[in-house]
Amino acid sequence: MAADHAGAASSPGARALTAIGIAIALGFAGALASLVPAVAGGAAPSVAVPWLPALGVALAFRVDGLSLLFALLISGIGALVLLYAHRYLRGHPHAARLQLFLTLFMLSMLGLVLADDAVVLFVFWELTTVTSYLLIGFDSESAKSRRAALQAMLVTGSGGLALLVGLLILGGVTGTLRISEWIAAGSVAGQVAYTAVFALVVLAAFTKSAQFPFHFWLPGAMAAPTPVSAYLHSATMVKAGVYLLMRMHPVLGGTELWFWTLTVAGSATALWASIVALRQTDLKLALAYSTVTALGFLVLFVGAEIGIAITAAVTFLIVHAFYKSALFLVVGIVDHATGTREAQRLGGLARTMPTTAAAAGLAALSMAGFPPLLGFIGKELKYEAALAIVSQPLVLATLLVVANALTFAVAAVVAFRPFWRGEPETPRMPHEAPRRMRAGPLLLAAAGFAFGVYPELVGRYLVEPAVAAIRATPMEVDLKLWHGVNVPLAMSVATALLGLAIYAAHERVRAVLARAVSALPLTGERAFDASLDALRSFAAFQTRILQGGSLRRYLFATWLVLPAAVGSVLVLRGGLAWPASPSPVPVYAWPIVLLVAAGSIAPIVTTSRLASIAALGLVGAGVSLLYLLFGAPDVAMTQLLVETLTVVIVAVVLLRLPRFSGRDHPGSAGRARDAALAIAAGTTVSALLLAVLASPLDPSLSDWFAANALPAGFGRNVVNVVIVDFRALDTLGEITVVTVAACAAYALLKLRPGASSEQEGA
Amino acid sequence: MRGLLIAPVVIPLATAVLLLVLRPSRRVEHALSALGCVALLGAALMLLVRVAGGGVAAMQLGDWAAPFGVSFVADRLGAAMVTVTAVIGLAVSVFAMAEIDDRRRRFGFAGFVQILLGGVCGAFLTGDVFNLYVWYEVMLIASFALLTLGGERIQIDGAVKYVALNMISTLLFLSGCGLLYGLTGTLNMADLHAKLPAVANQGLVTAVAVVFAIGFGIKAALFPLFFWLPASYHTPPVAVSALFAGLLTKVGVYSLIRFFTLIFTGDAAFTGALLAAAAAFTMVTGVLGAAAQNEMRRILGFHIVSQIGYMVMGLAIATPLALAGAVFYTLHHIVVKANLFLVSGVVRRLSGSGDLARTGGLYAQAPLLAALFLVPAFSLAGFPPLSGFWAKLFLVKAALEAQAPWIVAVLIGVGLLTVYSMTKIWAEVFWKAPPEPRAALPPLRGGERALLFGPIVGLAAITVAIGLWPAPLFDYADAAARELADPRDYVAAVLGSRP
Repeated sequence: MAADHAGAASSPGARALTAIGIAIALGFAGALASLVPAVAGGAAPSVAVPWLPALGVALAFRVDGLSLLFALLISGIGALVLLYAHRYLRGHPHAARLQLFLTLFMLSMLGLVLADDAVVLFVFWELTTVTSYLLIGFDSESAKSRRAALQAMLVTGSGGLALLVGLLILGGVTGTLRISEWIAAGSVAGQVAYTAVFALVVLAAFTKSAQFPFHFWLPGAMAAPTPVSAYLHSATMVKAGVYLLMRMHPVLGGTELWFWTLTVAGSATALWASIVALRQTDLKLALAYSTVTALGFLVLFVGAEIGIAITAAVTFLIVHAFYKSALFLVVGIVDHATGTREAQRLGGLARTMPTTAAAAGLAALSMAGFPPLLGFIGKELKYEAALAIVSQPLVLATLLVVANALTFAVAAVVAFRPFWRGEPETPRMPHEAPRRMRAGPLLLAAAGFAFGVYPELVGRYLVEPAVAAIRATPMEVDLKLWHGVNVPLAMSVATALLGLAIYAAHERVRAVLARAVSALPLTGERAFDASLDALRSFAAFQTRILQGGSLRRYLFATWLVLPAAVGSVLVLRGGLAWPASPSPVPVYAWPIVLLVAAGSIAPIVTTSRLASIAALGLVGAGVSLLYLLFGAPDVAMTQLLVETLTVVIVAVVLLRLPRFSGRDHPGSAGRARDAALAIAAGTTVSALLLAVLASPLDPSLSDWFAANALPAGFGRNVVNVVIVDFRALDTLGEITVVTVAACAAYALLKLRPGASSEQEGA
Repeated sequence: MRGLLIAPVVIPLATAVLLLVLRPSRRVEHALSALGCVALLGAALMLLVRVAGGGVAAMQLGDWAAPFGVSFVADRLGAAMVTVTAVIGLAVSVFAMAEIDDRRRRFGFAGFVQILLGGVCGAFLTGDVFNLYVWYEVMLIASFALLTLGGERIQIDGAVKYVALNMISTLLFLSGCGLLYGLTGTLNMADLHAKLPAVANQGLVTAVAVVFAIGFGIKAALFPLFFWLPASYHTPPVAVSALFAGLLTKVGVYSLIRFFTLIFTGDAAFTGALLAAAAAFTMVTGVLGAAAQNEMRRILGFHIVSQIGYMVMGLAIATPLALAGAVFYTLHHIVVKANLFLVSGVVRRLSGSGDLARTGGLYAQAPLLAALFLVPAFSLAGFPPLSGFWAKLFLVKAALEAQAPWIVAVLIGVGLLTVYSMTKIWAEVFWKAPPEPRAALPPLRGGERALLFGPIVGLAAITVAIGLWPAPLFDYADAAARELADPRDYVAAVLGSRP
């Protein structure tokens, strides 16, 4: 998506949104920067407004060392990225939307790191998911972008839901949703719910921060425009998971479970991603995998308890934010200027793009861990921490050296080789980027250099307060460029040598890796695809079974519920009862009963619709006779009238219908099934009726009606008075029903459109 | 006050009479139906204010003392349901002015809508089981009229399934009335609350409760009774689907809530477990059904089913928070779901189809519509800070407090699949490039645009407002839930004294 709309001017909307976005970013950055001295002194300014007081949810925000560090990175880099993106997408029809989404994303991210209420944190967490969905899918007409956006949404979204549950459980356990109160109360490791909360929170963090095996969505997300990748997928959103782990460190950290889960997942992620990174030929993908490596390092060190590990994590976080966003922006410029991001086609760009080359070189040196850049300090700290956190550091130290050496090689491939080696074979004549696009990477790369030379600035004002917040105890941090000749330095030298060797051989290594990786039986991405496919086919299968389109089956299933549920409840809950003295059926009623029975069996046996309807008319007539025999002549009259009309009308309609075809009419097995169901339903209703008859009838209402019909209702026919007076509203409703039925029938007969052939299907 | 209680039934029925009898010109008809809806909304709001301030209100029709006549009762739940009914009625009526063709209009469309609204309001306000049955019939016939109006073959196919399956609901409901009357000699809900515990055979009472649960479950589209809904909701004009989607199933949910908090409370653990199982299956099968669909209204139809499960799950958990969650969920869902259907109507209007394969490109072509789709869609999917997020939050919290991790897992898992469906619509209808050749459709005119977009904007604004300021609605739902959990006020308002 190397947007090439050169020549086209930016729209006023895009310009306005860019200006607003940058103003917001700078406003936040300025306000936050002014808090740095106070926070470094141990203060934590906070504000809280009730939001949902009934559940203790408040719009609570708090600035401590950790929030401040993240918020400064988010707003500072945000401003640079917005400036860059404005030029990058100049003339793109949706440029304004990109700036809007980026600004919304930035605000969500700020809210996430500043929130002091668990629900508010979750709200912003999900908002970053939503805004990043819109940003990843920005190139929306490309199927690849849409797929990547969906993948990121589902992977981080499931983590988000886990987070909600975890936070709510924790809220229930602690009786508060205020995160600062959780931290003040300390570890919940002793609680029964600890394991559940831990698992849910860690799942959220691992999905968001692309830990193995959930890492695959991040390289996919490279479908987003490059400024988005630089911002979301290197400096900010992917670090939200790390932020969460750091934030919850005092509450959930310090256990064996925490340590081993994070250490193992972090190292596995770092090592695996650093290997795969080398395999990539697309510069952006190489950077994406190296970001996963960095996230693995961060998780690894947050897993530990000791100060040096946390210091290493925080310092490396800053280091990485600077060099990685700078390099992404550089790749964007290269893409923009040359029309390709393929490592093999790029070369010798330093001549035509000197400023970009300088930015790339500085950032790459920091990434590779050369002194005097901040990256060197970060790497030394990592080694120092690795040696300190486990009693047998050999495995971890080796792993770190290998992963760092691979990162070293990737830095060379991404930012050294394209500028200083070989000749370009690019689609377009390379040219230097416009000033607004150069500003971001240059400033970010320069920051890595400046802070490397003056590390105490970062150490005292940013790292130390953050480390204190994560460990919930103050700790002095003194970042130095030179630590003397020691084991970490030796490891650094080994890293550089190994890295050089890998770089020298990287073309061959790449080919081997490509074969090896594609031979893997299962990757996270394939697992994701397989489960999505499985879901789709199961959904389709289930829907074919449940919603096949046949009314007969719907009717059968719906009727089946009556005997199945009511019948079993009657038995299970002991509801069956037999009337104490069932009044015997008088002899003269028997023929009628048999008539009714015959009428109900006939429709099952016959295949003629007309015979069926006539038989059902027989049932109705029989029931009317029974009413008559048991002393309800008016009800019998009504029933007989309705039955007669029904039979006549339905018969008229049926005469106009075609005969049953074989498809419509069930075979004998189907009919047997239908008969069984009918008998089951009838038995259930009979059992209900018998049980009701077994309990005494409360006659107070009918007595009252009988007593009041004449004096209060002025009518001798009690039923009439009930209908037109005592319960007149029912009658009004029924009149409405009849009227509407007439109107609807009229419309059905008169209003005939051109037939459409669609059917329910499903 | 007494007039206020019956007004939500009288106003729409009177409007319907005017519309059906006068058969006015298009302009007058539009004015009349809008006026009817506004009047209904006004009456509903007055009722809401009255009930929120003064507690449960009741009236006896014709002054025949309860339980002998028919009682009308408004508690917080009823008043809120009537209000949201009026809102949806207004939104749909306005939308229909642009969508419904003259042929359908002349054959009584607006009148049927008003009768449906009257039936729905009657169901929410009646305090009598048989009278509720009557309003069910009114709704059924009015919805049948709206479903078939136009007489297209696909409509008839859907309507036949709709009516055939809903008749089972009607039959069971009526049988239930008879059984209840046989057991207690009364059909007044408050009276039943007082008399049912005295019935000796409580096992039988539970069985009768299940008869009602099946009857209402069909209306509410619970598993395994929901077949009629996905078979019919995509067939009529969009305004009709939106009206049905918002209101009809919710009458079933309302009835379940009413009956299982006021009348059938004797075997709560057992009926609760039964409802929870039904709710869980409803949520899962509904959301999977949606995942298998490729037409916008069919997807949305299955999502109604799935979402009904959430509401009934709140009823099944039955703690005050869960009931408040169910009430909140129902109110939120009505607004959101009706709105999604309305959006699907504009999509159809702009691309000539709701079929995902035949749509596309609306992200570029209709950015306002795209934004307006995201609000209800992401609210339905439970994204904050929209109304659906809070609704899910309450239920998840209630399930956690009830120590029911399996319910939490279902709530969360179905939530994720809802995200999948909503993003599927988004990706296909809005993001992807439009198919070639593009349907040549006339552009939206100013007036048509206002009539189509006005209701969508209004409903989306409600969704956002609830999301940003959840406290007022939650506090109201919470108070409503407390009324439900402790029906003494309800019974006292109807029967005249505290038992």
